Amino acid sequence: MADNSSNAYWSANLRIIKISLVIWALVSFGFGILLRPMLAGISVGGTDLGFWFAQQGSILVFLALIFFYAWRMNKLDAEHGVEE
Amino acid sequence: MDQFTLNWIFIGASFALYIGIAIWARAGSTSEFYAAGRGVHPVTNGMATAADWMSAASFISMAGLIAFTGYDNSSFLMGWTGGYVLLALMLAPYLRKFGKFTVSEFIGDRFYSPTARLVAVICLIVASTTYVIGQMTGVGVAFGRFLEVDKTTGLFIGAAVVFAYAVFGGMKGVTYTQVAQYCVLIVAYTIPAIFISLQLTGNPIPGLGLFGDHVGSGEPLLAKLDALVTELGFASYTGHHADTLNMVLFTLSLMIGTAGLPHVIMRFFTVPRVADARWSAGWTLVFIALLYLTAPAVGAMARLNLIDTVYPNGTESESIDYEARPDWMATWETTGLLKFQDMNGDGKIQWYNDGGVGAAKMALTKLETADNPDADKIAAAKEKVASLEAKTADSVFTANGWKGSELSVNRDILVLANPEIAQLPGWVIALVAAGGLAAALSTAAGLLLAISSAVSHDLIKGAINPNISEKGELLSARIAMAVAICVATYLGLNPPGFAAQTVALAFGLAAASIFPALMMGIFTKVNNKGAVAGMLTGLIVTLIYIFMHKGWFFIPGTNQFTDADPLLGTIKSTSFGAIGALLNFAVAFIVSKSSDPIPAEIEELVESVRVPKGAGVAQDH
Repeated sequence: MADNSSNAYWSANLRIIKISLVIWALVSFGFGILLRPMLAGISVGGTDLGFWFAQQGSILVFLALIFFYAWRMNKLDAEHGVEE
Repeated sequence: MDQFTLNWIFIGASFALYIGIAIWARAGSTSEFYAAGRGVHPVTNGMATAADWMSAASFISMAGLIAFTGYDNSSFLMGWTGGYVLLALMLAPYLRKFGKFTVSEFIGDRFYSPTARLVAVICLIVASTTYVIGQMTGVGVAFGRFLEVDKTTGLFIGAAVVFAYAVFGGMKGVTYTQVAQYCVLIVAYTIPAIFISLQLTGNPIPGLGLFGDHVGSGEPLLAKLDALVTELGFASYTGHHADTLNMVLFTLSLMIGTAGLPHVIMRFFTVPRVADARWSAGWTLVFIALLYLTAPAVGAMARLNLIDTVYPNGTESESIDYEARPDWMATWETTGLLKFQDMNGDGKIQWYNDGGVGAAKMALTKLETADNPDADKIAAAKEKVASLEAKTADSVFTANGWKGSELSVNRDILVLANPEIAQLPGWVIALVAAGGLAAALSTAAGLLLAISSAVSHDLIKGAINPNISEKGELLSARIAMAVAICVATYLGLNPPGFAAQTVALAFGLAAASIFPALMMGIFTKVNNKGAVAGMLTGLIVTLIYIFMHKGWFFIPGTNQFTDADPLLGTIKSTSFGAIGALLNFAVAFIVSKSSDPIPAEIEELVESVRVPKGAGVAQDH
């Protein structure tokens, strides 16, 4: 495996991790806590969207993120020929 | 058949199932103790990891904490699930590629230093022991209730059972036992939640019912709950009342801690391939999410049902007579975890936000009725009652002739009492008993095994006496386990908080020490000195901060500060792990920059863990 390919693989991985972590922080610390006042206008079952993100939505997004990462990385492994 | 017998049939049957599976599975795979996950499908491994992970804190304690506080305790939900994202993206695949079995081995090899390994072991032991104290609290509550004894006796019986269970040893390593435990646990948690959600909202999925309409009134459930709690003077359920900075730090601390807990990380070392480590983390979170998506509904609905029990005709009308209270209240009174004191002598139960008057009066009564009444303490308690009464003198409740909230409900009993509060059939109540014990026992036993192997294998054999015989190693493992359970039981008598709060402290410690070291080991070229200095700083500073607020070595009364008025701004001791982790990173980078760079072979090791190719099977050393 050439060094260039290895570097490209690693920076592609880091980019995917960064994007995923931005979403991770946005739904939990963002929508769930800090940005909740901004979402107060959107009502969900007797409360607002921020409450829903704090108690349900963030968990569902976390799940989606992990499965997306696993799928995306398996594809990346194959593209760079570093799969097992 | 009475409830007591039914409880024991369910608990007995579930234990027989675990032991049966352990014996059946063991016959074919005695040698695969460590590699329990190898050759196991990621879905099965995920289920077993979920059982390992969800403890008394998740099962018994968490929904109760949410019920009595509402939105502000959402941190538990986001924190204990969000950590899996960090684990799946930043640790699990690389640690699997590294191909050893323990966290301290990775740290020792990556930072080419026996000192680093030793420090990692100490961090692991401190975090795990704190974790066990929280488990013992939960075990005490569960045994107290189901044996109908007071919580202290329950704790001693529970400790004996946990010890026996842990000594079984290999049983823990058998993945299929944990799969069975997961099934018992999740069924026990969701069945009552489904029943209650149907009763209250007509929706069988609790997570949807939470945002649905209340059957009785037609209003949204959460709006109804907000109205009821505010009528009783409590803070609204869905509102944000807690300090925002502390809430963010607490959530972060639980997330980082989740990704730094050795007994969870270990499970990803032994899956067949790097790709499986990624999938396994996802499946684990699927099984955990089944409980975590249900828990907030359990909390809100239990709070609603509890208010309805005390005020059957609405909060504007008379509350129930103490003599007419439901049976479950009477049974929980025997454990001492639910207390009633008739403050105004009207024979009815008033439960409302009294600004702490009722609690102060109960504390006073306890002092006055003690075997050796302490005059000074009684005088101080009387003064406290008087000052609180003065503060609340002009509240609407005082005008009603109420003289303090008369009901004291321990948060940790809520999930166990929940099916009884909702008047569900006896078998559901018994099922919850079996589920709660499965959660507490499996995690407590797993942690004790982690502590004992850290002491005997990493500490004694790895550092102090490399020539110790196998027999000696085994003996030291047993002694370590016995010491750990004695310490945890002693401290569990006067725990530093409710089960989930104590467990949160353990997460803070793991967050401040282990996670930064692992992350820097994979993503940066920090050297040995940096890692050791970082881990020591994170652990020591966090530990001191916790001890200053919760008592030195968790001994009650030795604290200088309280979480109500913490040392640094609004940062509670349960949230400090995030600060400890930041300090860990900062110190590690500074020290590393000012000392020699890592040797070439370690550079190669770092490069190699970053690509999946050539992982091979995990090896013992």
